[in-house]
Amino acid sequence: MDTTFSSDELAFREQVRTWISENWNDDLARRMTDKKTSKDAHIEWQKKLHKQGWVAPGWPEELGGTGWNDTQRFIFGDEMAAAGAEEVIPFGLKMVAPVIYTFGNDEQKQRFLPKILSSDEWWCQGYSEPGAGSDLAALKTKAELDGDDYVINGAKIWTTYAQYADWIFCLVRTDGSGKKQAGISFILIDMKTPGIQVNPIIGIDGRHTLNEVEFNNVRVPKANVIGEPNQGWTYAKALLTHERTSIAGVGWCQRRLRDIKEHAKQALGNGQRLADDPIFQKRCSDIEIDLMALEFTELRVLATAAAGGAPGAESSLLKIRGTELQQAIQDLLLDVSGGYAGIVDAEGISGHGFADQARIEFMYGRAATVYGGSNEVQKNIIAKAVLGL
Amino acid sequence: MDFTFTEEQNMLKDSVARFVQDNYDFDSRCKIADSEEGFSRDHWNTFAELGWLSIPFTEEQGGFGGGVIDNMLVMEEFGQALVLEPYLATVLLFGGLLSKSSNVALQEQCIAPVIEGTLQGAFAYTESQSRFALNDVQTSAQKTADGFVLTGEKVMVINGGSADKIIVSARTSGKSCDAEGISLFLIDSAAAGVTVKRYRTMDGQCVANIVLDNVAVNSEALVSELDQGLTLMSSVVQEAIIAVSAEALGAMNKLLFTTVVYTKAREQFGVAISSFQVLQHRMVDMFSTCEEVRSLLYRAACSVAEGSDEAEKNVMALKVKVGNAGKYMGGEAMQLHGGMGMTDELDVGHYAKRLRMINTLFGDSDHCQQRFAQLSFA
Repeated sequence: MDTTFSSDELAFREQVRTWISENWNDDLARRMTDKKTSKDAHIEWQKKLHKQGWVAPGWPEELGGTGWNDTQRFIFGDEMAAAGAEEVIPFGLKMVAPVIYTFGNDEQKQRFLPKILSSDEWWCQGYSEPGAGSDLAALKTKAELDGDDYVINGAKIWTTYAQYADWIFCLVRTDGSGKKQAGISFILIDMKTPGIQVNPIIGIDGRHTLNEVEFNNVRVPKANVIGEPNQGWTYAKALLTHERTSIAGVGWCQRRLRDIKEHAKQALGNGQRLADDPIFQKRCSDIEIDLMALEFTELRVLATAAAGGAPGAESSLLKIRGTELQQAIQDLLLDVSGGYAGIVDAEGISGHGFADQARIEFMYGRAATVYGGSNEVQKNIIAKAVLGL
Repeated sequence: MDFTFTEEQNMLKDSVARFVQDNYDFDSRCKIADSEEGFSRDHWNTFAELGWLSIPFTEEQGGFGGGVIDNMLVMEEFGQALVLEPYLATVLLFGGLLSKSSNVALQEQCIAPVIEGTLQGAFAYTESQSRFALNDVQTSAQKTADGFVLTGEKVMVINGGSADKIIVSARTSGKSCDAEGISLFLIDSAAAGVTVKRYRTMDGQCVANIVLDNVAVNSEALVSELDQGLTLMSSVVQEAIIAVSAEALGAMNKLLFTTVVYTKAREQFGVAISSFQVLQHRMVDMFSTCEEVRSLLYRAACSVAEGSDEAEKNVMALKVKVGNAGKYMGGEAMQLHGGMGMTDELDVGHYAKRLRMINTLFGDSDHCQQRFAQLSFA
């Protein structure tokens, strides 16, 4: 066992750090959080990463990936998080692209992958439905063949950034006769197609991130089905393994924990620094110790995967612990902001600094233990796959 | 970065696992625990024959040249079966101090018999007032013409009742909690002025209080540099924390396994209780806890082996988690075993008791978390 980095790896880390410091900045970060400029700022950042060749470390090298090994990918993620640099929006680059390059035909690869890589097309994910959440395979959005088109009727919900999206990838029911997992197809839909309606859902964070997407007789060419019809469930499950490297959010947690300690050194009460309060130190170090464990669990899972082993159910563990820790950190940061925790849109008010962002992150962060398969569902997976219960 | 073990390490792990499987079922363990010394001299001889007693010593010292990773592998297997033989006390603590000592004469005198299995050792460092502070030493070592005279009482000395030789921390200068002024001495347990008071702890271990009443030693008995004993102790204790944490992990994994097996077999309301989701999720949380301990164990072991600046912080994080996880795993395993978890006949309670005792070794989770927070907020 050895956790040291080689001199080549250290040089690589330096190269990454330098590039990030020259390209990521506070202005970009600010524009990303402002709803008027958010979309453009994300695209601007992703185009910078693309120009450098680093936007898709997970892709095969010949399609635009970096050719990095797992250690290099870890170092890159670590440096991005340390600098507070925003991760790419995952729906195109990390979610649909692997399905397209693994299961799609050449025409689909040529049509879609370059514009995902260059961030010229924005994607969203159409999985959950009003009646299908944790029980995703119960989805009912129907696709019926009519000539060379599928005609789609139904609704998707909790669709993040559908209001920005050029395309949506959907799981739809093409056959209702057999087992519910059979009869699902994976299809790509142009958001400009007539019959699609995006209804905003305002979240408890006060922002418009989520949507409901309605489909009323939406005609989609059957050439937009990925792989074989009725095999979509298999493709969607395979996609999950591509998400595993970033699922735990270790880098984000480390960054925020550092922020919390800094804020706690500034926060005074009764003349004492919050950072010196033993109860605060206890809460903070409980989180830090769990995070140190999670970081190594992630490294162990990556090492197993690199050695050809299947990470499988262990990625459920990363999801559970990662999201629990994210929420614990959001909770702590909101507490550190004290009485300012409730302030909404009060820029320039004395004493108000990080609290607005802390409130938004805390509120939106409630979603983390729900999305990607709720944590309770992840526990069911581990119970069955690991413990044989 | 690499999370694999060498071929030699895998062989070592397999050989310990095989020994444990063949010799250490729970009934056999109970018989050994009930014996006078609380461990088996026959097993100890087997350890010597298999070369396990030589692991942490360098090749120049006649050892295997192993390190924290090797000790970790051995101790995790021992933890699976609650092995009672005093590997921690004789090989890792007593042997560890000698191995890192600069006193070559003492090394030549004592290391070979440890490796051969003919010498039992102990490290006497805790005192009635010291709780978990290694630097809180009141036992005094007064300088004499040709050596020192030791007076004081050491408590809860692991293997103190069977040890032929004991390394004792004593104050050669300074006040009772100073970091400087502590020296380590090798004494013979049969020397004049040494009284050994044996007793048992709830995990079946044999410990002793060692009363020192004007025990005379010569200057050659100094294991550490004069007044600089704390550095040597701290380094050996750091490695011992990794070892007992590995033992704890072995015990925790065994508790998880036992609990899963039991709930699959136990029927209530006409079904196996393992079919209840509320119990499944509790067992998943137990699994998750074991994985966290393993991650922190590997993290700490690697950083100590590599001499990283983060080593102390990583070791403290590990010990905090091991203490808390040990209580949690013991509690969950007993609860999921229902009434059976209350019985002495079942192994579950014995694992829970050992985990509880490991929490108290070298600083409990609260003590270590205080130190962790100091390092974290520095």
